[in-house]
Amino acid sequence: MSRVNDVVIKIGTVNGTGSASANGLLMKAIFRMGVPVVGKNYFPSNIQGLPTWYEIRVTGDGYQSRSDRVDIMVAMNAQTYAKDLAEVTSGGWLIYDSTWPRSNLLTREGVTVLGVPLSRMCNEHFEGARARILMKNIAYVGVVAALLEIDLEIITGLLEETFAKKKHLVKQNQDAIRLGYDYARENFTCPLPVTVKPMDKTRGHIIIDGNTAAGLGCVYAGATVGAWYPITPSTSLMDAYKAFCKQFRREEGTDKKKFCIVQAEDELAAIGVVLGATWNGARAFTPTSGPGISLMGEFLGYAYYAELPAVIFDVQRAGPSTGMPTRTQQCDFMACAFASHGDTRHVLLFPASPEECFYSAIEAFDLADRLQTPVMVLSDLDIGMNDWMCPELQWDESYVPDRGKVLSAEELESMTKFHRYLDVDGDGIPYRTLPGVHPKGSYFTRGSGHSKYGAYTEDSAEYKEVVDRLLVKWETARKLVPGPAIKYSKFNRVGIVSVGSCDGAVNEALVRLKEKNIGLNYCRVKAFPFSAEVRDFIEKHDQIYVVEQNRDAQLRALLMLDLEIDPARMVPLLHYDGMPIHAGFVVNRVLAELAKGQAA
Amino acid sequence: MSYIAKPKVTHPKIPRNNLGLTVRDYEGAVSTLCAGCGHDSITAALIQAVFELGIEPHRLAKMSGIGCSSKTPAYFVSQSHGFNSVHGRMPSVTTGANAANHDLTYIGVSGDGDSLSIGMGQFAHVIRRNLNMCYIIENNGVYGLTKGQYSASADVGTKAKKGPANKQMPIDPVSTAIGLGATYIARGFSGDKQQLVPLIKGALTHKGFALLDIISPCVTFNDHEGSTKSYSHTRRFYHHVIDTDFVPPAAEIKAAYDEGEAMPVELHDGSKIVFRKLDRHYDPTSRAAAFTYLRDSVQRGEIITGLLYIDHESGDMHNLSGSVDKPLASIPYQELNPGKEMLAKVMSRYR
Ligand SMILES: Cc1ncc(C[n+]2csc(CCOP(=O)(O)OP(=O)(O)O)c2C)c(N)n1
Ligand code: SF4
Ligand SMILES: [Mg+2]
Repeated sequence: MSRVNDVVIKIGTVNGTGSASANGLLMKAIFRMGVPVVGKNYFPSNIQGLPTWYEIRVTGDGYQSRSDRVDIMVAMNAQTYAKDLAEVTSGGWLIYDSTWPRSNLLTREGVTVLGVPLSRMCNEHFEGARARILMKNIAYVGVVAALLEIDLEIITGLLEETFAKKKHLVKQNQDAIRLGYDYARENFTCPLPVTVKPMDKTRGHIIIDGNTAAGLGCVYAGATVGAWYPITPSTSLMDAYKAFCKQFRREEGTDKKKFCIVQAEDELAAIGVVLGATWNGARAFTPTSGPGISLMGEFLGYAYYAELPAVIFDVQRAGPSTGMPTRTQQCDFMACAFASHGDTRHVLLFPASPEECFYSAIEAFDLADRLQTPVMVLSDLDIGMNDWMCPELQWDESYVPDRGKVLSAEELESMTKFHRYLDVDGDGIPYRTLPGVHPKGSYFTRGSGHSKYGAYTEDSAEYKEVVDRLLVKWETARKLVPGPAIKYSKFNRVGIVSVGSCDGAVNEALVRLKEKNIGLNYCRVKAFPFSAEVRDFIEKHDQIYVVEQNRDAQLRALLMLDLEIDPARMVPLLHYDGMPIHAGFVVNRVLAELAKGQAA
Repeated sequence: MSYIAKPKVTHPKIPRNNLGLTVRDYEGAVSTLCAGCGHDSITAALIQAVFELGIEPHRLAKMSGIGCSSKTPAYFVSQSHGFNSVHGRMPSVTTGANAANHDLTYIGVSGDGDSLSIGMGQFAHVIRRNLNMCYIIENNGVYGLTKGQYSASADVGTKAKKGPANKQMPIDPVSTAIGLGATYIARGFSGDKQQLVPLIKGALTHKGFALLDIISPCVTFNDHEGSTKSYSHTRRFYHHVIDTDFVPPAAEIKAAYDEGEAMPVELHDGSKIVFRKLDRHYDPTSRAAAFTYLRDSVQRGEIITGLLYIDHESGDMHNLSGSVDKPLASIPYQELNPGKEMLAKVMSRYR
């Protein structure tokens, strides 16, 4: 059986040995051939010496999620050889470094083992221990290129771009790739029955990770203050913001910075910095992950009650507690929605891809300013740190930031008296002022009980008036947040509701189910509070499968709480082992649930 | 406690500052603290200092945490914006506020509990950033607002109203600040307004982190016999090391100082701090000397006061990070957005 542009390559290496660039090279080369790819990095919470895997799914159909299959395993790590062999799908191939013959070489029926003496060839060809190790990890790219017919010229082109300033490295890498390539051509039947053939499906697309896209979004949104405390998997978001700022936010002539990044002492301080900055009129944000959200709790409630904008990125990772810091999950929905004590609730956005991370970032700043409240963007490790193929990011030059209801000096001048928490417009959003603008604008920002005039109060009626008005604002938020993405298959009484990075797996599952004549409708929520369309969608169906990546069905719980939907109508389909969800899981679970329904 | 509104009549001859404002224009709401609380005296000194400096009320930002002390920003300059944050976290909020707009004058009011227990981390780190602000610890050795528990500044042997004497070592904000690199460090006493006002003026003018540790007795929970933060104890062991005068830019140094003892230090805006050493051997520009002196004074049981250390040359947070001169919050969006063409260029890196 031969297959074109439908193959999964997984590479097992040891972290800290330079394999990341080889894997990126392979993936990019396929992408440049016009063939859609999905890349997933499975790495340990460790700096050097532990097993790590990279998975490249070549998907001519342009699916977005990982696959539950491995066709070609490049087993570069002797430690995990047995596990890696076991993982290969029957009919697949395993490539290993045959420099040192293994007496206990494991074989498996149905898996073709291809030995390539990578170390020996590199030792003979290169000088120096470091170069030999690095080149061994590049040489396998050549082997895979030969086996799958990946264009060597494209690979060379990529090397020339990467090492534009270090020409000698181009040659070195090229030689290494050639070693692998030639060996494979001489010793194996190339190509394999699975191949990569040029297509035209990646034009207008890029390969980018969500944290980079979000960091870029912060720059485009006009954020000037970023505060953070490093935590996987959010760190690269601030790294990206910093790198883009260094390029775009220098004052001409002086080279001074039009941004300020505060590496705070912890996440409590990071969110404090953000609130101080937004109080003073800057757009400010903090990227973090679950443990950081826990620490930010008190301040988040403060911001909700004192009505200060803030943008928080929670790049979710597997919990509870420290959990598995380098594994993905969608496990902070509840923690974020109700972060802090008291009657507190927050606006959440759920991007489903790096592309959406960029646009969500901008939307988050607009919503935070408009609603004068924290807005949390919940991506996850899969979106944040993995390379995704997505449409090129576009910029609409007509964009003007929505800074919300901020009174200018002139407006204040013409007012008799300013009161901070009056609902002048009936939308639950009061007017605010910035310090230093006008004497009439001054008020006392506090987390203690306050009246609608902004004065301290312990009076029941005055207190209630303000917290009730916050509910009016909540309903305004419901109208302002992005609505869901809905796909109707055909009229059907069963639907799927899902969120964020499940999207790729659900979409692919819908196609596969359709092949079995099962048509399901699909609603992907993009924000909390849920807009009216989400309720409408759910109400149209007898049964809803809620697909999400956590143990406790947190999205389902939010739907119950926010929309008062009967829990019996919502069946949880939960994937929470730390690996990104895939279509096979969704298909199997849907089939199992449908079968249950028929049995009953 | 009194809820009576203050009458707002001013005498025609009442002094006016450079803005034509009187001291009444710098007052706030009526205090709700206990009568005799040291914090109220500090509020009065603050009002006097900002009035004398002629700071436009709306260009002043009053920051605080939680505690009786942290309530006081409501009691001065009601025409200023205030940010009464959460317990122990005023430093981070002020950092962010200053990051966004370094053109305002920042006063942070905190307590010994707010700064030295729950907020010790933030206190330490705001010093490291050399944030341009005047940071006041109204130090009473107890948690006033939660009814009198020992705080981290309680001295060994000091006695609470009920229960045993304190056995744990205190955290001294002044020596902590010297160790962490604060650039203006002073100690005062709420009962000595004359000393306090110039110290506050200097702190507000100093460009960088200025700490004022002010002994401020809690009359309700820590002013009894056996307490080392009471009025009587403080008065008894109170020791002026240095007297300071604050001289605004362009003004002449008038006071006559003994040769060799008066020491003017010029601040970034041209104003001067003039030290009058009451102790000949003290050198307030040497961090090491300040540290040693302070440690010895503790052994002598003295509460030394005055401007104990100054470094007027180190850059503040913005200098250190190289920010533009304009406040970040005032930069128009067009200058912040790289635009469509740039995005297209960026995209080419990801192809
Ligand atoms: C997170 C949190 N924990 C506890 C409290 C209760 N609390 C309020 S004020 C205070 C101590 C204040 O002491 P200090 O800063 O010395 O101020 P003082 O009242 O003595 O001026 C405490 C523990 C709180 N407000 N927040
Ligand atoms: S309890 Fe103590 S600190 Fe608080 S107001 Fe009363 S005297 Fe002042
Ligand atoms: Mg206290």
